[in-house]
Amino acid sequence: MYALILPGLLYFVVFRYVPLLGNIAAFQQYSPYLGFGGSPWSGLSNFTAMLHDPEVLTATRNTVVISFLQIAFAFPAPVALALLLNSVMSGRVKRFVQSVVYLPHFISWVIVVAVWQQVLGGDGLLSHVIGDPGFNLMGDPSWFKALITLQVIWKDTGWNTIIFLAVITRIDASLYESAAMDGAGPWRRTWHVTLPAMRGIFVLLLILRLGSVLTVGFEQILLQQNAVGSDTAEVLDTFTYFRGVVAGDWGIATAAGLIKGVIGTLLVVGANKLSKRMGSEGAF
Amino acid sequence: MARTHAETRPPWMEKPRRTTTGLKALLLVLVVVMVAYPLVYILAVSLSASGAPVGDGLVLWPGRISFDAYRTVLNGGIVTRALLISIGVTVVGTLIAMVFTVAMAYGLTRTKDVPGSRFILYLVLGTMLFGAGIIPNFLLVKSLGMVNTYWSLMIPGAISAFNLVVVRNFFMEIPKELYDAARIDGAGELQILWRVVLPLSKAVLAVISLFYAVALWSDFFNALLYLNDTSKWPIQLVMRQYVLEGTSLGGLSHNPNAPQPPSHSVQMAVTVLATIPILIVYPFLQRYFTRGVLVGAVKG
Repeated sequence: MYALILPGLLYFVVFRYVPLLGNIAAFQQYSPYLGFGGSPWSGLSNFTAMLHDPEVLTATRNTVVISFLQIAFAFPAPVALALLLNSVMSGRVKRFVQSVVYLPHFISWVIVVAVWQQVLGGDGLLSHVIGDPGFNLMGDPSWFKALITLQVIWKDTGWNTIIFLAVITRIDASLYESAAMDGAGPWRRTWHVTLPAMRGIFVLLLILRLGSVLTVGFEQILLQQNAVGSDTAEVLDTFTYFRGVVAGDWGIATAAGLIKGVIGTLLVVGANKLSKRMGSEGAF
Repeated sequence: MARTHAETRPPWMEKPRRTTTGLKALLLVLVVVMVAYPLVYILAVSLSASGAPVGDGLVLWPGRISFDAYRTVLNGGIVTRALLISIGVTVVGTLIAMVFTVAMAYGLTRTKDVPGSRFILYLVLGTMLFGAGIIPNFLLVKSLGMVNTYWSLMIPGAISAFNLVVVRNFFMEIPKELYDAARIDGAGELQILWRVVLPLSKAVLAVISLFYAVALWSDFFNALLYLNDTSKWPIQLVMRQYVLEGTSLGGLSHNPNAPQPPSHSVQMAVTVLATIPILIVYPFLQRYFTRGVLVGAVKG
């Protein structure tokens, strides 16, 4: 057994635990030439510099706003779609719709953005339809956050119905029958039987989602930042990437990543505790 | 709205009103069109001789169909090479990921009998709670000398803790009697894994391979971080450069004097080509989706 575990264990130690040590760059004036051993220590100066950096404030604000837009709109969407799918009588129609709506989950962000650009962007489908060559929704900063949310809805709503559909399948059919006997119509049966059955999993997933409030689609946003500028589209992850890897300001970038990671871990652990307290099993 | 999964209507359920059925049908059509139409549209643009099917007076299908865009792109230039690289990285990377994941998942199935393995399981689960962040990972891969090699795309993300837990949960569902019988017959662990466990786990292996393969195929960020040598770029990064950033595709053709197909068509041909591998495997794996997602939802 140990021989089977060993390669994987080695992987987790080298690629998941050793990099945690790399966070000491947050406390150094790190330079790749000097390495961790040779770079001078700088105490907490990276953290104070970071907190006074206006870009960090912008990035934090954008991250949180986008996150909450997604929690408000993209998160509940699968419940609605699952209810609609569940109400379809014909198994064939249902399976067809499912195979269509699951598909975008497997399409890369590069392709999704390319497709959206071709439809909503400059010289795209919509600009031809309305006959305005200057029309470009994808380059309009005021639309950016809405589009980011809509893209997430487009890509993952279908896929995320799977878990809700599975919960609906497990509902005892006699509950519906007795509700119908008592005179409840289809809407009231949905309200009093189906939705309460989904509440547990919904709350659990919601709490876990709240735990990752500082993480928004990094690849998705990085791909579209050029078109709208960093005031609108800078989020914490893109800040870390540009400051560190692109600009070579390793100390501040690592500090920002570390703070984000620590807060993220605390939120996830806290969220899990909360979900356990509310009677659900928790995820871990 | 609410109903059970039988395809016939149970006696207590009222017949839906015409308007309700109509409204539902309308909603479903709307959902399907919103998801599928953009994909049909890019296919149409890629096949359009003028680069814009709308310009030809047709929104759904180009008036004049031309395969020039595909001919240009598949002429052995950047895109052909990038597609081959992506296929190679995806196939090899998925194999590596599956071998590592399956071996470790099986090794961690008997936390009661194998001392230390419960601790290792917690070590794995811990990585679902925290990560080192972009910069430390980048510095590690750099110091391991993986920059500008394809290893940098396949190794740093080789095992996903989530996938590992899904596979392990699936292995744990296999009846204990089967293991015991094999052990009495004198089979070693590797033999049990190969002869007993794997043949019973085809569904989960299919789904997890798909998850790994899709992640490898879709990834552009690792390539952006680690591959400075543009001749090693996989398709997603080439797409980002030529389709999203709009760098001219003029240099793609082997014959610079030949008339160039419209740039929109060429861009969308690349997009279609990058989507096709997903479309090919998708129908075969679809029936395993629910199973795969639900095994993962069970507590680790």
